Amino acid sequence: MRFLREAQRFLFFSALAYVLLKGLFVSGCATDYVQQVIIYSFIVILVSLGLNVIYGYTGQFSLGHAAFYGIGAYASAYFTSALGVTGPFLFLPALLVGGLSAALIGCLIGAPILRLRDDFLAIATLGFGILVRVVLDNSDRLSERLGGARGFLGIPQITNLEWGLIALVFVVLVTRNLIFSRYGLFWQCIKGDELASAACGINTARMKLMAFMYGCFLAGIGGALYAHLYPFLHPSNFDFLKSIDFLIIVIVGGMGSITGTIWAGIIWVAFIEGLRVVLPSQVLELRWVLIPVLLIILMMWKPTGLMAERESKLLGLDKP
Amino acid sequence: MELLSYILEQAINGLQIGAVYALIALGYTMVYGVLRLINFAHGDIFMFGSFTAYFLISKWHLPIYLVFPITVFATALLGYAVEKIAYKPLRSAPRISLLITAVGVSLFLEYFLSLKGLFGPDYIAFPRPFDVRVFDLKLFSVTNIQLIIFSVTAVSLLLLYLLVYKTRQGRAMRAVSHDPEVAALMGINIDGIISFTFIVGTGLAGIGGILYAFAYPQINVFMGIMPGIKSFIAAVLGGIGLIHGAVVGGIIIGVLEVFVSAFLSSTFRDGVIFIVLLLVLLLRPNGLFGRRIEKL
Repeated sequence: MRFLREAQRFLFFSALAYVLLKGLFVSGCATDYVQQVIIYSFIVILVSLGLNVIYGYTGQFSLGHAAFYGIGAYASAYFTSALGVTGPFLFLPALLVGGLSAALIGCLIGAPILRLRDDFLAIATLGFGILVRVVLDNSDRLSERLGGARGFLGIPQITNLEWGLIALVFVVLVTRNLIFSRYGLFWQCIKGDELASAACGINTARMKLMAFMYGCFLAGIGGALYAHLYPFLHPSNFDFLKSIDFLIIVIVGGMGSITGTIWAGIIWVAFIEGLRVVLPSQVLELRWVLIPVLLIILMMWKPTGLMAERESKLLGLDKP
Repeated sequence: MELLSYILEQAINGLQIGAVYALIALGYTMVYGVLRLINFAHGDIFMFGSFTAYFLISKWHLPIYLVFPITVFATALLGYAVEKIAYKPLRSAPRISLLITAVGVSLFLEYFLSLKGLFGPDYIAFPRPFDVRVFDLKLFSVTNIQLIIFSVTAVSLLLLYLLVYKTRQGRAMRAVSHDPEVAALMGINIDGIISFTFIVGTGLAGIGGILYAFAYPQINVFMGIMPGIKSFIAAVLGGIGLIHGAVVGGIIIGVLEVFVSAFLSSTFRDGVIFIVLLLVLLLRPNGLFGRRIEKL
């Protein structure tokens, strides 16, 4: 009950967004493509939130977030297609399978590499991302169903507006509560000064691993939702560039800001997918020329992002 | 006997690609030495070198002894510009901001140059300015491409050695890499040395770009990504900041890669390299030749 009461503002706005979007979907104003893009934006926000916990709150720079997103997608898609799940029944376990497998692998890889300092951690996670890509490309040797480099076909399309929005709202609230819990405080301490945190008696290795696993868990859930949004998965959807996407969202939105991640995720998807509708295809390539330039300018002007460590009062995210 | 000659043949192939990795790794390791930055754009500067050579050879039909200096000049100019425009304003910023900027520069170079009218997004066949010849020694055979790669790499390494260990500039570079603040107190112009290091490092990447295109005559704007990352791994393997470490690391990575392709499967090639990276970072984070123990 207390959880609901504390979250009432955010739940209210989420319900409002749901009614608006549902109206848009039912009335036919939104084409199938637009509907998918809207649901996809929820997934992107969810996954970026995971990276924000790892990087924005705990200060552990990861360049391999898309790998965990991919692990979650493949694990849950394997689960549903092996069990022959086609409807929403058993979809919740499928999401958990995606999240937990990503968190488990995050634990196995994070335990050793989180000892590394910032730029070496970056290169280690980058390496892990490429390793996962290689494994996914060869996944047909493990099981014919996974398809390897040909892609994973025949995944039931279960993800819809309700699943996407409920998952996102739940994750946002849990993340907010975690951030305002003692663990969240520990994480932010570690970002501020790891040595001083250790001196204060914080078990930094354990706390970093916990943040990393939680972030990977969110990436896995996002991957599971993504896998069931489109009927087709391909290893190239989870490569280094995808990790950069999430990183840009976290950085632009602001390190250590849930609100910032939400806005940046929406703007990002609107920017990437929206321009596809508006602009002719020749000019479309310019997007990726523009994005790095904006990123570099942002780094010079406001290196911690637009909404760093600030939350929206309106959405009720500024306190537990 | 046949197996032995096969192994030797593969070792030569490994040395060929390893020499190119060594040239790229030197740029990474030198820049890391003076600026503590993983210059993600280094692989793209390497790509720029291949393309410059392509234009010089196929469009302007320049002889090969002119292609090398002009390409080195072009890549060094690009490296200098990148350092001045993107990295210099962030000299006092947190290291992660600098790293993100480097990722941004890398993406910018790739996507800007892949626009139509510039390099374009497609694979282009690189015209070798000479015919391939195979010299059959008894146990194994060597191509003239491999001989060119080995000799150019050897000459470049010798020049680099003389530059770093026998000149005033080189001594200043080593001083900055050892301790920038004390070096500044001794009257060394840190910014000048950083620019100079970028020029030398990206010039070497330009040579690497030409040699790589000789060996694998298919070029593309995204070709720099994987060799770039692998060369960085080579630099870490040898001990980041160490010049001989980068050379040995590059050769080890090259030989390992070729052996994995030859005896396991080429699809596992990149995977094995990254397992090596993870092992090095965990077991010997200072690399094979690293002595300095850096605390967390």
